[in-house]
Amino acid sequence: MSVFKDAGHLFRFAGLFVIAFIVFLVIRGYVVPKTFGKYGHYRAAAIGEIAAHPIKYAGHQACESCHTDIVTVKQKGMHAHVNCEACHGALAAHANDPTSVQPAKLDTATLCIRCHSASAARPKDFPQVDAAEHSNGVPCETCHNPHSPAIDAGGAK
Amino acid sequence: MNITRRQLLILLPAAAVAWESVLAATPESSPNYNMTDHWWGMLIDIPKCIGCGNCVRACATENDVPEGHFRTWVERYHVSDWNLTNPEVISPDGGKEGFPAVKDDPDGKYFFVPKLCNQCADSPCTQVCPVGATFISPDGVVLIDQKYCLGCAYCVQACPYGCRYIHPEKKVADKCTLCYHRITKGLTTACCENCPTGARQLVDLKNPKDPIHEFLKTHSVQVLKPQMATGAKVFYNALDGSVR
Amino acid sequence: MTGVEGYMYPNEITLYWSVLIVLYPYITGLVAGAFILASLERVFRVEAVRPTYRLALLTALAFLLDAPLPLQLHLGHPERSPEMYFTPHSTSAMAMFGYVYLWYLMAVLVFEIWLDYRRDIVLMSQQSKGLLRWVYKVMTLGSSNISERSLAIDEKVGWIVTLVGIPSAFLLHGYVGFIFGSIKANPWWSSPLMPVVFIFSAMVSGIAAVMLLYMALTKLRKQTIDMRCVDAIAMYMFYIFIVDFSLEMLDLVHRIYEADESFRSLNFMVHTKLYFSQIVVQILLGTLVPLALLFLTQVVKLQEIVRKRLYVISGALALIGIFAMRWNVVIGGQLFSKSFLGYTTYKMALATREGLLAAIALTILPFLFLWVLVKLLPPWDQKTTHAPAAGD
Repeated sequence: MSVFKDAGHLFRFAGLFVIAFIVFLVIRGYVVPKTFGKYGHYRAAAIGEIAAHPIKYAGHQACESCHTDIVTVKQKGMHAHVNCEACHGALAAHANDPTSVQPAKLDTATLCIRCHSASAARPKDFPQVDAAEHSNGVPCETCHNPHSPAIDAGGAK
Repeated sequence: MNITRRQLLILLPAAAVAWESVLAATPESSPNYNMTDHWWGMLIDIPKCIGCGNCVRACATENDVPEGHFRTWVERYHVSDWNLTNPEVISPDGGKEGFPAVKDDPDGKYFFVPKLCNQCADSPCTQVCPVGATFISPDGVVLIDQKYCLGCAYCVQACPYGCRYIHPEKKVADKCTLCYHRITKGLTTACCENCPTGARQLVDLKNPKDPIHEFLKTHSVQVLKPQMATGAKVFYNALDGSVR
Repeated sequence: MTGVEGYMYPNEITLYWSVLIVLYPYITGLVAGAFILASLERVFRVEAVRPTYRLALLTALAFLLDAPLPLQLHLGHPERSPEMYFTPHSTSAMAMFGYVYLWYLMAVLVFEIWLDYRRDIVLMSQQSKGLLRWVYKVMTLGSSNISERSLAIDEKVGWIVTLVGIPSAFLLHGYVGFIFGSIKANPWWSSPLMPVVFIFSAMVSGIAAVMLLYMALTKLRKQTIDMRCVDAIAMYMFYIFIVDFSLEMLDLVHRIYEADESFRSLNFMVHTKLYFSQIVVQILLGTLVPLALLFLTQVVKLQEIVRKRLYVISGALALIGIFAMRWNVVIGGQLFSKSFLGYTTYKMALATREGLLAAIALTILPFLFLWVLVKLLPPWDQKTTHAPAAGD
């Protein structure tokens, strides 16, 4: 085996690589998360972690399960498919414990305007008004029931 | 509202119990949610969007989206005559506070385009992630493992739609998760829940009873940048050719 | 919105890849280029450039040691970067960085340097005193065999390592080009030419850097510059530069001719936001002027002093121009909107983690590394040339 006699230093260098590789494999065994690779090249446990994020909007079914009287008014009007929290804000905390969180009083001056202020950019068939011309500063709820706003459909106050 | 004290005493615990069971479910271990039964997407009905910005605000609230960054946003297009290649587009603060009013343009048109992560089935963003921190779940939602992400921003560069950003505090990639924490519990996304006109609707392509199937048969529908072949799963009804 | 013209998607307004990401390909480019110069002598037996052989290898190593630093400063979570070693994603070009870097560092550069210097290392481990003695002793890996035969074996193995090192160098720098070139979302980057252009411009920059270092260090040591060596280096630099320039012009002409949907937006960007860095710095000063000067030295018989000055000027301009090229690719690719309807501005910070000062520091650092390496492993006074490869 004389060919190896003067190549000892090369084997030492190669040995460094072998040791490093073994150390790497050992560390990798500890460090790579256990659920990695279960469904694909990612940590499967991340799916559950993301799904466990807190919920802020309860969703209209939660509101409707208690506030049935509002539902009866709303379901016949133009706002039938406008969900509760679209105006009332995120209320999962209220749905979870109704007495602990009370929904804030809404300011119709800004709220209704957001959707119904007139703009040529909105679809032509969408109900929109120039606020000053339409009501001259009178609050919207003076004439419109927010839960069923159309006046001639019996929703007027 | 007029609820009697007696009704409240019955309804309160019932609501709490109902809510708890909704909150308890995790997708892998839940008996009522099986990931392989679902393939999530979204339908956006352009003619219905009024540019109110409710969706942008709701998403920011639901998901603690940092200021100046957007998991969803709304664009307003102004297209003049036949000039489809040069529309005027604005998205003031992502459309969060709506849009300024405009006067009618006799030669052109305006419309709104809500945008979000397209939950691509062949997503270029998951392709480029060097470590596997972003991926598509078995139920079709592109998610980010923020405990694993390096914050290299390669995925941000690779997304053709500009829906990703680096979270300024967490220093990891962030984007729309299709409210995964909601849809796996039978709720809809925050943006869809708060859209007053039904312009945004969550769809489950694997559910044969989902109205999307009938809708696709009866309407002209497109995805954004189809030439990129991303397998986008956000479908737009009546999308104009000028939309970028 | 300040700094935005036209329309940008809201999340596109901030640039996420900063000047550090400009610096990284520049540095690995210098590594690859310096190595190619070294391989000219070792594999292609261009004996004229022998005086720069060892210096080129040390330069490559100095820059390679610096290369991961801009990336670490850029990452949101640098402490998670080992994930690239533990769970590299096989579809991501960026994932190969960890392994290609390690391979190139240990199995090519360090191995080759060790093989070439081993005799000197063993001698110095016997002649030095104190701490330095231990440093050299460790570097010998415990073997003090510098017999004729062992050195002959080193010679042969070193030839193979350099041969393997050439495609490895192309991979080390080419993959960066592919990182950009494979992004279909970005039309400024997406091109099969990107890795090729990166490699050729890297060769120019690396060769220019070693040439300038050789001239500067020789002058500092009050020795005479080997003109035959420098003339040869300049000639190779000239020809590789022509190929590089042709490739970049091909990309440009192709874009202008095809004029796809991105063209109007990109064209406007080049004429406004990138005018200074692309037209003036990269093309005019950084490519055309050095090419013209080098052309002069190739066709006209010039005095030594004139040639020296022209080499220094063209080398320096080339180095600046190729940095500008990286800038125009990385920053340019983020200045325009993917809607093709607008532009943003790069607000380079000064003293932050990814700011200008950090970039300057990371550019100076490799020279400090080189200083240490040159002291530890002097690249001068090489008496013997390398033997021809076995079988020739």
